[in-house]
Amino acid sequence: MIEGATWRRWVFFYVPLTSFIVLLLFPFYWMVITTLRPDRELYRPWNSANYNPFWTWHPTLSHIKDLLTQTLFTTWLLNTMIIALSATAISLFCGLLAGYALSRLKFPFAGLLGTAIFITYLVPQTLLFIPLADIIRNFHLGDSPWALILTYPTFLIPFCTWLMMGYFKSIPKELEECARIDGAARWKAMLYIIFPIAVPGILSAGIFAFTLSWNEFLYALVFLSSPGEKTVPVGVTSELIRGDVFYWGELMAGALLGSIPVAFVYSFFVEHYVASVTGSVKG
Amino acid sequence: MAEVVLQNLNKNFDEVYAVKDVNLSIQDKEFMVLVGPSGCGKTTTLRMVAGLESISSGRILIDTKVINDLSPMDRDIAMVFQNYALYPHMSVYDNMAFGLKMRKLDRADIARRVQDAAEILGIEALLARKPRQLSGGQRQRVALGRAIVRHPRVFLFDEPLSNLDAKLRVQMRVELKKLHDRLGTTAIYVTHDQVEAMTLGDRVVVMKDGLVQQVGEPLELYNEPANRFVAGFLGSPAMNFAMVGVRDNAGALWAEDDGIRIKVPGQIAGRLGRYSGQQVTMGIRPEDLHVAGADDPAELTFDAAVEVVEKLGSEILLDVAVGKNTMVASVEPDIRVNVRDRLRLALNPERLHFFDAASEAVI
Repeated sequence: MIEGATWRRWVFFYVPLTSFIVLLLFPFYWMVITTLRPDRELYRPWNSANYNPFWTWHPTLSHIKDLLTQTLFTTWLLNTMIIALSATAISLFCGLLAGYALSRLKFPFAGLLGTAIFITYLVPQTLLFIPLADIIRNFHLGDSPWALILTYPTFLIPFCTWLMMGYFKSIPKELEECARIDGAARWKAMLYIIFPIAVPGILSAGIFAFTLSWNEFLYALVFLSSPGEKTVPVGVTSELIRGDVFYWGELMAGALLGSIPVAFVYSFFVEHYVASVTGSVKG
Repeated sequence: MAEVVLQNLNKNFDEVYAVKDVNLSIQDKEFMVLVGPSGCGKTTTLRMVAGLESISSGRILIDTKVINDLSPMDRDIAMVFQNYALYPHMSVYDNMAFGLKMRKLDRADIARRVQDAAEILGIEALLARKPRQLSGGQRQRVALGRAIVRHPRVFLFDEPLSNLDAKLRVQMRVELKKLHDRLGTTAIYVTHDQVEAMTLGDRVVVMKDGLVQQVGEPLELYNEPANRFVAGFLGSPAMNFAMVGVRDNAGALWAEDDGIRIKVPGQIAGRLGRYSGQQVTMGIRPEDLHVAGADDPAELTFDAAVEVVEKLGSEILLDVAVGKNTMVASVEPDIRVNVRDRLRLALNPERLHFFDAASEAVI
């Protein structure tokens, strides 16, 4: 908190904070208001009479209803959920073990391997999808959830590995040494001591991985083609923009409903998540 | 019964030796303290005994059995770490029970043992708490409790009192001593604090640069240090050193330096004879200096200029300049002395130490 005169608090605290919040929340507000606005207000020139872009006196749920009944939105939602959860589970499992090994075990080229894993994370998706598309085709995985469940880990595993490596390094190694002297084999010390302490780190890696796969667009666009297999980001943008016709109400309803699961996950684990980002283990 | 023997123990990273040729035999029920400045290899030695550090060469035996290749869990030891290493997600009870659970003891047995250990350490009331709810001293007790519930053959302590404040450290030191007397388990204790080493150890190992400098009972090390390093490391305030020239004058040996001219007493003179005409290091402890009285012979006294007076109550420490050397003298508390006073100090000739200037070994 800023000490001193009231004006200082306003200038350095309230005003910047308020502008920041407004800036961040405005897109969500826009999504909500567009979802609820009837079509006759949406498709109206900006200079028409009584035009009020930030508010509506005639809210309607028809866009949400259309989205749920006229499109495959619920299928997309389910697809995205299955893909995101599976990809997260695979990546978390691999990242957890790899992160532990790279941070704790001494083996030849450990440092090099860590760097190599990190470098794979730096290869942009926009380049990687070309060779990946070839692989997907060769394995006949195209247009199925597996195309994404198996390709998302290419960027999620390096991410989880590095996040977990950092977290494991913040846990004093004496804890594990003590457990091993106490009679636990290495895998037991890992399972009973290190992993429970690393829960905040595991959760935040999981949340990040889930969010990244939930929002992923490029691979989903390239590898899936039939409407029934699509994920939310691709489904909404490809099915609700037809040619130059934008179904704004449904688009925004899709974006809104699509972001609810992520927001829910974040709010649920926010404490752990903050703990893992801001501080380490306190004995 | 647990006797720990280290034979030609080495730990090296290529050419750099962290521990070099350590030979130690720790008897059953003995409290052995490894002491030395940081980086002297004491902790590495302890960790090799624990099995947390690989052994480059040499052998470690517990009860005549080589344990080099045993994993930490199979060595039947318990270790207390400097940062306590309590499992933060477990209650005090679970912390103490963890090792027993891993060894698959039955529930009632575990409960009984934890209860016993908690009683010994006076932490029964804390069993349900989490480590973060404990003070430093309480955490230390829990860490001790976790070690003693297992009834191991050997206790290993890695600077367990370093994280406590001074008052608590003294208190825990006494309790550790009592605990050892009561349990009688062989213990190896690593510290950089020479007071802890002197007070806790049945025997003390002084280490420096990976090498054992001297092994012996605390007073033996204090009174008969094997070299200049041991002499300077043990004792607070530390021993005074001065470079002196040895001169043979009419059948008597004199140690001379700017401002000092001391006649070396007979029994030491015999050993010092062959250094005649050379420079050696003379050492004298602060408590072996006193303000000269009428009956102190002139050949055992020297002039000193007082620079600092530290009144500690039970004694006064005088920082004095003697020629180009500075020394500390511990004198009677009732002596009136002020800064910039000049006075004459006498030394106890029986307690003089001389060290070879090059090898630093005692003469």
